[in-house]
Amino acid sequence: MNAKPRILVKGAGVAGMTAAVTLAERGGDVTLVDRAGRVGAGASWMAGGMLAPWCEAESAPAEVTAQSVDSVDWWAAHVPDVTREGSLVLAPARDVGEIARFGRRTSHFTQVGGAEIAELEPDLAGRFQKGLFFADEGHVDPRRALEALGDRLRHLGGHANMDDAPPDDNAFDWVVDCTGLNARNTLEGLRGVRGEMLLLRCPDVVLHRPVRMLHPRIPVYIVPRADHVFMVGATMVESEDAGGMTVRSMMELLNAAWTLHPGFAEAEILEMGVGLRPSYPDNMPRVRRDGRHVFINGMYRHGFLLSPARAREAADLIFGAQG
Amino acid sequence: MSAEFYGTTLSSPLMLGTAQYPSPDILRAAVLAAQPGVVTVSLRREGARARAGQAFWSLIQELGVPVLPNTAGCHTVKEAVTTAHMAREVFGTDWIKLEVIGEQDTLQPDVFGLVEAARILAEDGFKVFPYTTEDLVVAERLMAAGCEVLMPWGAPIGSGRGLNNVFGLRALRAHFPGVPLVVDAGIGVPSHAAQALELGYDAVLINTAVAKAGDPALMARAFRLAVEAGALARTADPMEERDMAAPSTPLAGKALLG
Repeated sequence: MNAKPRILVKGAGVAGMTAAVTLAERGGDVTLVDRAGRVGAGASWMAGGMLAPWCEAESAPAEVTAQSVDSVDWWAAHVPDVTREGSLVLAPARDVGEIARFGRRTSHFTQVGGAEIAELEPDLAGRFQKGLFFADEGHVDPRRALEALGDRLRHLGGHANMDDAPPDDNAFDWVVDCTGLNARNTLEGLRGVRGEMLLLRCPDVVLHRPVRMLHPRIPVYIVPRADHVFMVGATMVESEDAGGMTVRSMMELLNAAWTLHPGFAEAEILEMGVGLRPSYPDNMPRVRRDGRHVFINGMYRHGFLLSPARAREAADLIFGAQG
Repeated sequence: MSAEFYGTTLSSPLMLGTAQYPSPDILRAAVLAAQPGVVTVSLRREGARARAGQAFWSLIQELGVPVLPNTAGCHTVKEAVTTAHMAREVFGTDWIKLEVIGEQDTLQPDVFGLVEAARILAEDGFKVFPYTTEDLVVAERLMAAGCEVLMPWGAPIGSGRGLNNVFGLRALRAHFPGVPLVVDAGIGVPSHAAQALELGYDAVLINTAVAKAGDPALMARAFRLAVEAGALARTADPMEERDMAAPSTPLAGKALLG
């Protein structure tokens, strides 16, 4: 077969962008389209961007960790500004028992006391006496990362002409569909899981790494980004309502931020975001093939963590079939 | 021996909640292992607006277990009544587990609102399963409002503390001998569920204890066995507690036989 297969990637979220770049790196002639006309129009734009293979094991099956231990390396090799400062798991004093439970279900951490917490995050000195530190984890700003992947795709000779009318599928050897919930009529079992997030600007608080605040009802994480911005997320609701954030969710997220540090009281609320995570019944992302169509979907809450592995899987499938 | 809940005998005294599982597949595995008599499902949180929870609700209905919708998360009578009506429409059942929450920290029921909402719903043909405290007088009011089942808490929702007031729960059982009683909320481990059945309760409702276990399906099976043990023990008529030892082998005369 021809050396350069022509590949159409549909969907410029994290699944589509990682697939487009990976396929272009492997020698594909890649064209990326998104019917929204821009990168990150879906759930990926609202993601936390935590690259946390070991923390996720608290509630995700073991294969999530196994398939994502190299995800921090992948992102660091492909986009600028990947932070490799680990992640910190804390709990308010009265929920400190949750730390033990979290520790029982995860690995690859050290237990930290008040002094170590203060050393890692000076602004939290004296506020928490017990926590878990996952040193090898990282985080990334999802929006910058997706845009950086777009640049990389163009650099590799790929086409990402979002403004044009969608090209004809038949002009391509392969079609890689990464359209999230838009593919729900084709992909059986796909559903949306609502997530809500906030962006705050808070010059009064400095954090170096994502902090997970454990609480039996509403676990929340706070991820630092550039320019004193923090992402606070994210709710998990079995709903496909993409309407605005509810008061209840807003209160839960803000309470967590305030509990972490009272300095958040003066933070400016920059954005309230709502997204629907495309999810299969086992909440595991999947690559499916139907002839020359390949579907990468069901990223659930693991988009940035698992998309490199799924992109690799799709590339193996396509280039394996190319022979 | 099985109680009738509004004329229906359940296949098991275990009622299983469907919230907070790591995935729908794990929920399904837990339901298979628990073999519950009913599953409960929350409408309020899971997409009450614009039927947006339909995908999840369909998964629940496909489990093939009778559904008891609930009004979890409702803080006012009006909210609870509206949610109940929506549940009847979505699930095609007039059963409703009625929650009217009065206090955010303990999720303690607002018993005044609960009685009022129960009356409104019962008059409208609903078969109400009220989540209440173990208070006898409130229980009487709920019965007068039209409830034929009572669901007192064991401990606050999600606390896993077991039966906080065994005396109160026993008194409630004695006070309403013919009324189906369900311990709802606060059960943390299977022995708590067995204890409720041993006290003569007709069922237990469990959610967090299974959903948040490291292996929900395994814990679901443990609860199935526990309610079976508790129900069998109740039927077998347990011995009375006593203050002094009562040796199982009679000692009198033993020295003479020596």
